[in-house]
Amino acid sequence: MSTETLEAPVVKKKEALLSKRRKKFVTDPLNDDNPVTVQVLGICSALAVTTQMKPTFIMAVSVIFVLIASNLTISLMRNLVPGRIRIIVQLAVVATLVTLVSEVLKAYSYDMYKTLSVFIGLIITNCIVMGRLEAFALGNKPYDSVLDGLGSGLGYSWIILAVAFFREILGSGKVFGYALFDEMGIDFTTNGLMVTPVGAFIVLGFIIWVQRTKTGYVEH
Amino acid sequence: MQQSNSYIIIFALVLTVILGGLLSGVAQVLGPTQKKAIDLDTKKQILGAIPSEKLALEGMEADAVLDRYKAVITSVVTDYEGNLIDTNEKGGPMVAEEVNIEKNYKKALEDRQYPVFKYTSGGETTYILPTFGAGLWDAIWGFVAVSEDFTTVKGISLAHRGETPGLGARITETEVQARYVNKSIVDASGELVAITMIKGEKNPESKLGPTKVDGMAGATLTAVGVNKMLLAYLDCYKNYFEKNVKGASALSMNQ
Repeated sequence: MSTETLEAPVVKKKEALLSKRRKKFVTDPLNDDNPVTVQVLGICSALAVTTQMKPTFIMAVSVIFVLIASNLTISLMRNLVPGRIRIIVQLAVVATLVTLVSEVLKAYSYDMYKTLSVFIGLIITNCIVMGRLEAFALGNKPYDSVLDGLGSGLGYSWIILAVAFFREILGSGKVFGYALFDEMGIDFTTNGLMVTPVGAFIVLGFIIWVQRTKTGYVEH
Repeated sequence: MQQSNSYIIIFALVLTVILGGLLSGVAQVLGPTQKKAIDLDTKKQILGAIPSEKLALEGMEADAVLDRYKAVITSVVTDYEGNLIDTNEKGGPMVAEEVNIEKNYKKALEDRQYPVFKYTSGGETTYILPTFGAGLWDAIWGFVAVSEDFTTVKGISLAHRGETPGLGARITETEVQARYVNKSIVDASGELVAITMIKGEKNPESKLGPTKVDGMAGATLTAVGVNKMLLAYLDCYKNYFEKNVKGASALSMNQ
């Protein structure tokens, strides 16, 4: 992008819409600072909704929406929110957004609403959302916060979609509900373990293993 | 920065009003659409109790489902004694599809309302009865299609809220539900025994017989829940069949 911001990010006369600094908000959580595999947040839903890709996809979209919208709202209000009740304010905003998602799903995609049931409501308690509000949106400008929300949301999404891919193909022999092995005429024995939450632990463990081997990240 | 207490209280109040207003506004706007979605879902479940209909339901548009439902289903609501109920609590006409089975489940047997969905297609008449009970973790429910003489199951659709995926949750699978088709709910002496799902899977035919179905490996407790639910709810419909179906079938032939 533009070179002036590259060298002097302090002189913020006109920062490019997607400067290097801002790009990092989106790309960092995808790998190096992934909310699920590195920060180990949002594990509960990563285990619960990932038996099939379709509900997982809806879940991912919902979480991205809630992250972006709540980051934006809190960032806009950041100078008004009284410090002493900020957590409650964050919670109220997140709960409202999650209820919105849940109501829309109930109206327009009732089957998905039934499949995801409590897990949509549980986005409220997804640590990623509160974590980003507390760590980022409260101290940054709206546009940056939106990018940060998008980054964390995408980071969460690709992990749960990857987990769901392996669980669905091994557990039910399907990809996005499409009976892959049946179509190819292969007699595939499904693995019941993959359908249970245990399967998610195993797949997630493998993903973390591969990822940390590549990035060289170690817990300290 | 430290704000005054009054600022905090006012901030909290304003925020509550804005968020509350937003939510109730959305609920108002989406309410009718949600009601339609729930209605469609209920009707799909009811029709789904008939195996041939369930097959046809796949890939059917919402309107087509509602048309089909209208064409083949007539419904009434009965009480425990088998008398028909025509008016609801508010004095309006009783609509069987709107009876909340879960709420009724919490009442005493005698106080419950029991919807009956009569399915007529191609000269075949079956009665689809809603059931509700407890699985291993949470609620389970279903619709059982029984023959006119209240002896044979023609089909069943089962659903659950929180049974273990891959184990108890298998009650929603077509293959498991197909085991119930053409099984008998009465024993040799005509006593109502419902259908028992037995322990273990791939039991030999000799262990099954007319009133038992093969179980689900690893989900015995869910199966126990289904068994209890079927027996309890079918028992509640006994009076309805005594009063309205068996005796009345001779009359309705003249219509």
